Amino acid sequence: MQDYSFDKTHIIDIPIEKAMTTENLQVFYGDNHAMHDASLQFSRYRITALIGASGSGKSTYLRCLNRMNDRIATVKGKIMYRDMDINSPKINVYEVRKHISMVFQRPNPFAKSIRENITFALKRNGIKDKTELEERVESSLKAAALWDEVKDELDKSALALSGGQAQRLCIARCVAMKPDILLLDEPASALDPISTAKIEETLQQLRKNYSIIIVTHNMQQASRIADYTAFFHMGHVLEYDRTEKIFTNPQIKATEDYISGNFG
Amino acid sequence: MDEIKQELQSSSRATHQDYFGKALSYLCITFVGLLVLSILYFITTRGLATFTENHVSLWKFLIEKNWNPGVLDSHGQPQIGALPMIVTSFSVTVLSALVATPFALGVALFMTEIAPKRGTKVLQPVIELLVGIPSVVYGFIGLSVIVPLIRHTFGGTGFGILAGVVVLFVMVLPTITSLSIDSIKAVPMYYRSASLALGATRWQTIYKVVLRAATPGIMTAIIFGMARAFGEALAVQMVIGNAVLMPHGLLTPSSTLTSQLTTGIGNTTMGTLPNNALWSLALILLLMSLVFNILVRFIGKRGSLKK
Amino acid sequence: MNSKTTNNIATGIIYVLVAAVVGILIFLLGYILITGLPHVSWHFLTSAAQSFRAGGGIRDQLFNSLYLLVLTLIISFPIALGSGIYLSEYAPNNWLTGLIRTAIEVLSSLPSVVIGLFGYLLFVIQFRMGFSILAGAIALTFFNLPLLTRSVEESLEDVSDLQREAGLSLGLSHWKTITGIVLPAAVPGILTGIILSAGRVFGEAAALIYTAGQSAPIVNYSNWNPMSTTSFLNPMRPAETLAVHIWKVNTEGVTPDALSISSGTSAVLIIVILLFNLSARLLGNWMYKKMTATK
Ligand SMILES: Nc1ncnc2c1ncn2[C@@H]1O[C@H](COP(=O)(O)OP(=O)(O)OP(=O)(O)O)[C@@H](O)[C@H]1O
Ligand SMILES: [Mg+2]
Repeated sequence: MQDYSFDKTHIIDIPIEKAMTTENLQVFYGDNHAMHDASLQFSRYRITALIGASGSGKSTYLRCLNRMNDRIATVKGKIMYRDMDINSPKINVYEVRKHISMVFQRPNPFAKSIRENITFALKRNGIKDKTELEERVESSLKAAALWDEVKDELDKSALALSGGQAQRLCIARCVAMKPDILLLDEPASALDPISTAKIEETLQQLRKNYSIIIVTHNMQQASRIADYTAFFHMGHVLEYDRTEKIFTNPQIKATEDYISGNFG
Repeated sequence: MDEIKQELQSSSRATHQDYFGKALSYLCITFVGLLVLSILYFITTRGLATFTENHVSLWKFLIEKNWNPGVLDSHGQPQIGALPMIVTSFSVTVLSALVATPFALGVALFMTEIAPKRGTKVLQPVIELLVGIPSVVYGFIGLSVIVPLIRHTFGGTGFGILAGVVVLFVMVLPTITSLSIDSIKAVPMYYRSASLALGATRWQTIYKVVLRAATPGIMTAIIFGMARAFGEALAVQMVIGNAVLMPHGLLTPSSTLTSQLTTGIGNTTMGTLPNNALWSLALILLLMSLVFNILVRFIGKRGSLKK
Repeated sequence: MNSKTTNNIATGIIYVLVAAVVGILIFLLGYILITGLPHVSWHFLTSAAQSFRAGGGIRDQLFNSLYLLVLTLIISFPIALGSGIYLSEYAPNNWLTGLIRTAIEVLSSLPSVVIGLFGYLLFVIQFRMGFSILAGAIALTFFNLPLLTRSVEESLEDVSDLQREAGLSLGLSHWKTITGIVLPAAVPGILTGIILSAGRVFGEAAALIYTAGQSAPIVNYSNWNPMSTTSFLNPMRPAETLAVHIWKVNTEGVTPDALSISSGTSAVLIIVILLFNLSARLLGNWMYKKMTATK
């Protein structure tokens, strides 16, 4: 693989309201320094895409944002959310995850009914009112564009859903918690084109009320849905800008090569 | 806004749940740990009393042939030579493992190399059923079928090491078989294809490649089988004859450590020498069980180094 | 002799060995059922045992076995569950965990007679419980814990990490994720483990002869007060089980029809254990289907 310089980077500041930012975020898996000084700002009610080759550290970075790396890796640096550094040990991670929720690459519905998949965490968080729960089930499934397909079989096991449906259920499950920020790690990579299109449609809908950060391998997908795009390379963020800019006029050689398919 | 800030910075129900759950599971595992420690401690202290309180020499205990803890010999010493039981225990253990191993390997090879699908379907339940039969039932069948059979064929009482070996052979068979299967299955497929591609017959492949690669695992299986045989009490006790005599062959009644323990504990009073002597037998059982454990570990380490 | 012939001979020997093993099992089951079943009658199952006369039944032994089994499971399951959760969910990867795993392995390989003697020493003698169902249940718990713990641990580990991540990423506590998501998904495996261990406990005798004792006092099956000495539920009374009964009638040699009683009892024992094994299999499959398919 061609050596690209890590010194030359092009990272913009977000002029509008921010959902969260990271400052000099570093991640270590034991001795493996998997993420170097990532400082990014994410804008509110926008979609930000994280792109880069396999192993470049996208998932590693994303998982830091709601502290899912806690038990796996050492994370240094600041993760600012609502003027607080949520990477501090004093922070209650369970509360963090209620505000910053994550959807994973492989659909992971619980081995419960569709309805319970959504209500389980809600009930544990103190929502006991039946009508409120019903309302959340319906609205979140609608938000995830799944309602019409499953409204008559809410008590069916979620494990019987197709991959695309299951992934939308996982999105609905997060949405039902009414978080602030949605993190998605390649949510469509295991799905067929039709399901992928549905998920993209869903994200466009959600964008009105949520700040979304999505990891994707699919360049077209990034250019279709994202407002901002960050390019990761071997544990470094090399470029971060508005999506049109990244795809039409990249400032960094590595980004250009990656986007044009000449990478490596 | 501030409310959320507050929430993020203070502990919540979830945090308390976590403390509670962690405490609960730590408590359980601590209990199990303490249990093992106290078993080791109690059996050891009781087992050592013969030597510390009654001042019997450990050496004599291990090599003398007369077991008569209630009676003093001509030198005024209690007769507690455990050698006959030690010899009998080891004999039945080694012999039953020796007899069982070919059968176990036959079944294991059949289930892995010769007819994996059909073989597993039929033989897996066979193994599970053999494990499931309680040891007293094995003992009972030994007593009502094997002992008379031996008596008619070879004469004598029928009780003895041979009867014990026959019963234990069936009991350790499933143990050795299922662990051997695991270790044979763990031999990578390409070992076999490489050998077969070189023109070796199936048996040559099995013998030269598969069995060789699986040897540490098979040894482990045999040791687990021996551990089971060594510790088995009632089934052996029912067919061995329970005479504390040095075995003169496979057909004379004798006694294993376990059988002497089961017969004796109820007939002696706590704290007396005859009772202490029995606890010393229990201590040997405990130590041997640890030795088997260590052997398994040792073989496991060596086996993984070679690969 | 060429390699082809050797190959055929070796294959032939393997077939013979396999046939022998299958033959042994068929003989064992056939012997027990053919000699035993004729003695199993309603009368046999519902009348008390006799020491010196023929014609005794196994009513009390049957009940004792079941009662001991239930008590044992009640005591051992919570501990095994907690330990299994610790090992699969919390245990850090360090020397202490290694030591604990070794301890559990040691416990599982201890001869059951040693465990029985430990129970005798500590509970029957030291704690003055005497020969009692409770002491027996505790000894059986020790006997049962390592296997049950391992089956809980394995069932939990079989649940994909994706499930844990899903729970955690929704803001659930680690503990709620375990109890609410991972544990329910592991239920089929855990249940199978419990039933299989029940079979083992049901047939165990060596751990019981010096803890639960070898006598079955007459109890009153209409006295439901566990504190009363005559009640069948009284956990402080001695209790001979089916397995111990087989051992005892054969070694004491005072019961005239020891042979038929032992065969009958063996048949009952085997049938119950077969039922346990069968139901473990069926239940596991059924629960698995139920969880993955429509409700
Ligand atoms: N749990 C882990 N333990 C140790 N190292 C890890 C772990 N997860 C990731 N890594 C390492 O961190 C680096 C970045 O991996 P990461 O999964 O973040 O890449 P990615 O950009 O998400 O790749 P992909 O597109 O394949 O998902 C890799 O070198 C990987 O080997
Ligand atoms: Mg990734």
